[in-house]
Amino acid sequence: MTTTTEKTANVPEQSGEKNAPLLEVRDLHVEFHTRDGVAKAVNGVNYSVSAGETLAVLGESGSGKSVTAQAIMGILDMPPGRIPKGEILFRGQDMLKMSADERRKIRGAKIAMIFQDALSSLNPVLSVGYQLGEMFRVHQGMSKKDAKAKAIELMDRVRIPAAKERVNDYPHQFSGGMRQRIMIAMALALEPDLIIADEPTTALDVTVQAQVMDLLAELQREFNMGLILITHDLGVVADVADKIAVMYAGRIVETAPVHELYKRPAHPYTRGLLDSIPRLDQKGQELFAIKGLPPNLLNIPAGCAFSPRCPKVQDICRTEVPALHDVAEQDGTAMPGRRSACHFWKETIHG
Amino acid sequence: MAETADVKEPNVSDVKVSDASTTAEVEAVLDAPVERGEPILQVRNLVKHFPLTQGILLKKQVGAVKAVDGVSFDLYQGETLGIVGESGCGKSTVAKLLMTLETATSGEVFYKGQDITKLSGRALKAVRRNIQMVFQDPYTSLNPRMTVGDIIGEPFEIHPEVAPKGDRRKRVQELLDVVGLNPEYINRYPHQFSGGQRQRIGIARGLALNPEIIICDEPVSALDVSVQAQVVNLMERLQDEFNLSYIFIAHDLSIVRHISDRVGVMYLGKMAEIGTDVQIYDHPTHPYTQALLSAVPVPDPEAREGRERIILTGDVPSPANPPSGCRFRTRCWKAQDKCAEEVPLLAVPEVFAGKQTPAAHESACHFAEEKDVVHAA
Repeated sequence: MTTTTEKTANVPEQSGEKNAPLLEVRDLHVEFHTRDGVAKAVNGVNYSVSAGETLAVLGESGSGKSVTAQAIMGILDMPPGRIPKGEILFRGQDMLKMSADERRKIRGAKIAMIFQDALSSLNPVLSVGYQLGEMFRVHQGMSKKDAKAKAIELMDRVRIPAAKERVNDYPHQFSGGMRQRIMIAMALALEPDLIIADEPTTALDVTVQAQVMDLLAELQREFNMGLILITHDLGVVADVADKIAVMYAGRIVETAPVHELYKRPAHPYTRGLLDSIPRLDQKGQELFAIKGLPPNLLNIPAGCAFSPRCPKVQDICRTEVPALHDVAEQDGTAMPGRRSACHFWKETIHG
Repeated sequence: MAETADVKEPNVSDVKVSDASTTAEVEAVLDAPVERGEPILQVRNLVKHFPLTQGILLKKQVGAVKAVDGVSFDLYQGETLGIVGESGCGKSTVAKLLMTLETATSGEVFYKGQDITKLSGRALKAVRRNIQMVFQDPYTSLNPRMTVGDIIGEPFEIHPEVAPKGDRRKRVQELLDVVGLNPEYINRYPHQFSGGQRQRIGIARGLALNPEIIICDEPVSALDVSVQAQVVNLMERLQDEFNLSYIFIAHDLSIVRHISDRVGVMYLGKMAEIGTDVQIYDHPTHPYTQALLSAVPVPDPEAREGRERIILTGDVPSPANPPSGCRFRTRCWKAQDKCAEEVPLLAVPEVFAGKQTPAAHESACHFAEEKDVVHAA
């Protein structure tokens, strides 16, 4: 797992455009109209993923990380959801302007998604073989028999033992780890270019989590897929990601290559998160805790959304929304891929 | 949603010493609980089998799910015992047995020398006052139709001797203040609070009767990282303030290390290894503990290439039909014929017996061997 951002340049691009990212999200806004008012779940998110690259989107519940993913997949409930602004470019084409038919051709075949809770994402009254085969029947018009053979092949690929005997089993007959493997198999079925994994291992035990993450990383290498990994677990991110986008209250507050972020965070929120996790290899005295609570999306604080909880807050933070600044070294050398939405990023990273 | 502006800064007068220090022996001494004395809770050979039945009218027992199968440990005054393990290993069942919410199939739980599994009626009620519980999910463990005041005050209805009727409201407000919530929130309903605040309400309810032991079943696993640290700090502060003993059940090994003085690792209804946090995390001798620790993702990208990871194959076997001998042998890379025949006892392994090393702690493995998987680069 040493793929870096630079390596993707060697990847043959099908779109003809060199170095173009697979997926680019530009200034995406998502809001939900509720009885209590408009909840602004996503407020101007920008990120991109290239083939073979892993982007980790890190954030707490309510930070808008899953809503962004749902908007990309086109599975957002609309209404009450609405996308007032923004572009989602897949191989240069804006998916938000496509017709429903065009999007359906991309969904599943080009971009696939793995959900958190495998038990509630699988249909309990259909066998897993039928559900896996559905991908081939619907998208490629295969016969039932061929689809089932393909399903067995897929189950073998994600290393489910005795795939042939188990293809007619129902989801409840599988363990949590095996069900998540079936979800992965389903996402892989049509060999997509991009996989979005929304908290794929949160419901699993650590030993099984390690198995599943290993499998996912291996398959990603094999197919040279882009991967968007949505999670709140800083440990999982450190293990697999190439670059990280940290989200807070619907905005990206910091982006960085994985090694940089852990060494020198450039946003007080990221620093707080890193300080508040207990460590396995040492016993600290007391945990650092970010004070207060994540903001209510119906009523996001003026200025920087993190300002009410920030230890370094100044007057400007309460009035002006900080832009996502490029972060540079002390001597002014640019740090590629690093950005921070803090007025005082210089002080945070260098001092 | 209101802010917890009045969360107090905990000032933990620490007995625990951060172990950046020198030799392992020194660490072990420093980290051992200071005064041991008599254990407040002694668990001996606790067994819980849930019967599996067949037939509708004439129910016939065809087997049993061996959720807990012979667990023993001690809990001392003022200490925290962490219990870790994968889902289905029986850790929550142990919690329920200690609360006598489930009846044990066999075995004893001694609270100050009295076996609580045999108690009933008034005597049981008196003991229960001293053992309270904090639940995992703060969204379902609080009744949505009761106000916070009613929820925290309900224990006083059952044990009126703790607070006379006129005093209760004041007492509830004190409790709210203790857990860092505004006492004016007494008339609010649970849905008006965030997850972290709700867990504080659950903790206040657990504290209401001035218990000596609090059993926490995954108290922070439903919370966000930034809020999790607040609740853990609160629990540590309360422990010092009221000299509480905690049994802290969790699947997150990092949190357990942070809060616990001693840690027990469970696998399939049995205790695999038990010792102080230094003994378990830095000097594990049971292969399951080693695998478990090595599987935890470490929030340090520099370590990801160098770290050795033991990835177990397969899933946990069914507790209805556990493997013979050592229960871990089906997933163990060290398994030999002996493991299938003989059940390893939870004791200090012979190789380490009598030696002054942190590896000399109880471990249920025939081939116990020290291996530091957390620090290994």
